[in-house]
Amino acid sequence: MLSIKNLHVNVEGKEILRGLDLEIGTGEVHAIMGPNGSGKSTLSYVLAGREGYEVTEGEVLFEGRNLLEMEPEERAWAGIFLAMQYPVELPGVNNMTFLREAVNAVRRARGQDELDAVQFMKLLREKAALVKLPEKLLKRSVNAGFSGGEKKRNEILQMALLEPKLGILDETDSGLDIDALRVVAEGVNSLRGPERSFLVITHYQRLLDYIQPDFVHVLAHGRIIRSGGKELALELEEKGYGWILEEEAAA
Amino acid sequence: MITAQLQHQWAERLLAQAPPAPAPWVEELRRQAGRRLPDLPLVNRKQEAWRYTNVEPILKTEFDPVVARPGDYTGPLPEPLFPHVAVFVDGWLMPGLSRLDTLPEGVTLMSLAEAMAADDPRVREHLDRLAGSGDQLFDLLNTALLNDGLFLHLAPGVVLDAPIEIFHLNSSAERPTLAQPRHLMVLEPGAAAVVVEHHLAGAGDEYLHNGLSEIVLKDGARLAHTRIQDESPRAWHLSTLLLDQEADSRYHGITLAFGSRLSRTFYRDFFGAEGAHCTLRGLYTVGDDQLQDFHLDVRHDVPHCSSREQFKGLLYGKGRAVFDGRILVERQAQKSDAELTNDNLMLTRNAEVDTKPQLEIYADDVKASHGTTVGQLEPQQIFYLRARGIPQRRAQHLLCEGFAGEIIEHVQPEPLREQAMARLRTTLDQLDAHE
Repeated sequence: MLSIKNLHVNVEGKEILRGLDLEIGTGEVHAIMGPNGSGKSTLSYVLAGREGYEVTEGEVLFEGRNLLEMEPEERAWAGIFLAMQYPVELPGVNNMTFLREAVNAVRRARGQDELDAVQFMKLLREKAALVKLPEKLLKRSVNAGFSGGEKKRNEILQMALLEPKLGILDETDSGLDIDALRVVAEGVNSLRGPERSFLVITHYQRLLDYIQPDFVHVLAHGRIIRSGGKELALELEEKGYGWILEEEAAA
Repeated sequence: MITAQLQHQWAERLLAQAPPAPAPWVEELRRQAGRRLPDLPLVNRKQEAWRYTNVEPILKTEFDPVVARPGDYTGPLPEPLFPHVAVFVDGWLMPGLSRLDTLPEGVTLMSLAEAMAADDPRVREHLDRLAGSGDQLFDLLNTALLNDGLFLHLAPGVVLDAPIEIFHLNSSAERPTLAQPRHLMVLEPGAAAVVVEHHLAGAGDEYLHNGLSEIVLKDGARLAHTRIQDESPRAWHLSTLLLDQEADSRYHGITLAFGSRLSRTFYRDFFGAEGAHCTLRGLYTVGDDQLQDFHLDVRHDVPHCSSREQFKGLLYGKGRAVFDGRILVERQAQKSDAELTNDNLMLTRNAEVDTKPQLEIYADDVKASHGTTVGQLEPQQIFYLRARGIPQRRAQHLLCEGFAGEIIEHVQPEPLREQAMARLRTTLDQLDAHE
């Protein structure tokens, strides 16, 4: 589904990703772990198409299409969804209006009929229950005055509504207490399926207790330096990142 | 340059066209105002009130004041949303186009010219009481040429649930015209009303609207007053609103300014007794060849009054806006509460705003704050929306609608909100076509 080859990315003239390779198959859940500053968030933003990230080398194919040539909204239509680490507040933009606007924009682009107000409300209620987002937050401005946990739940709600093929979770666990983490993880798990892949980016192993990955990769200095099964995450939790970095330096 | 000679000759030419007044005491009122005209301060940059708003093109235009009620009107007539309707053409109330017959007992809604001609004691008591002490050219001109407008009076305790909707329209004319409506609204103790005013081109093109409203709210009276200025792109629009609020009265005013080449709205609110509260809100949009100006002068003269002033502007092209919000809290006005904000969203590099919040506080036990922002759409907000599949243009519109929506959500009554939002969308769509 997603194929990243030798990806090099500069941010403000500094090279952050230095030859990253990653293959994600349909229905697979991949976790990327790594120390701070290793390039985890850069990877997620490059995949979503944020400005300010300069690709100097390499390619990214999504279902055979050149992802890097697509606008952010085109990526969303194609089925990429990034749950952001710091969801942006949109004062004055009603959450429900925003969600309906997004759902219908994506449906239009995918050749589906737009949902009218009644159909949309039905869908929204069903998905909001999935992430236990209180109805009053749907009537407020997008993310404005939301707690950290509410913001993350709103992200997963958007993912549930937009039904992506690839969901990218960028440090979705950061700033969450254990109860909020569980709710968010259950929301994600309910979206897992044979047609949907996930890329879970996290600093801590904790999230992976709830969202069990098929593959775990370690990102350091802008490259994947180790890949393995979910037991790799446990090893990292136990020993930290130091030993892998040392082994890499020695190699 | 605005010289004394230019200002004087411009005003004299207009005064010479004044028709006979409807009553001797009105004639006297006009004459007093007319006599003061030559001595008024010049409306140029040297006067703080006109520092950033150049009205020289107005003084260089020869206007024909509309000195009699127009015989007919053949331009477009908007569809009213509410039951009580007053239609003005060129500043004159048009009974044939209005719907004033369904008003309940205790409510007077009529032509000011007729009320003056009938020597209505309520008009004699209040007319020019708030405006008389002013020293601004356009306000005194309104009095010096005083002819028609709206007289609204609510008897004590009368609560008018159904809104009064006022339309200001203009005739087509070969030469620029001057419309000078004068409104007097008096709500006796405990009375309440909702007034909606639309300022529209009608069939007009190039004209000057120079309106003045005197609003008196007695003890416990409540007025919600929404104004939508959507004049012709070649029109000039000047509005002065003078308020006198007695104990525990409430005024909720909103002005949405979309149209005209130059528009200025001036609110002066005077708190005469304790417990009064007002909210003044405004939204302005400006593009090329357009200037919107808001001036506020809110006077806390007595203790325990509160005011909230919230104004937002959306600027694009080479649009210009001026905001000057003054709140004065006198020494004796303890426990006053005032909060003033002005936020501006600049969609282009060439737009310009001059904003000046002024809190003048002489009392020591007050709650007062002000804040001003001038900003642009945040790239991370646009990205967030696009990452959810919303195209860039629509993302920008959503953010602009959200910004303006924080004013529009206060518009009363509610059916007007959708109309106001639709009007905003028209501006946003034009903005795209313009790019």
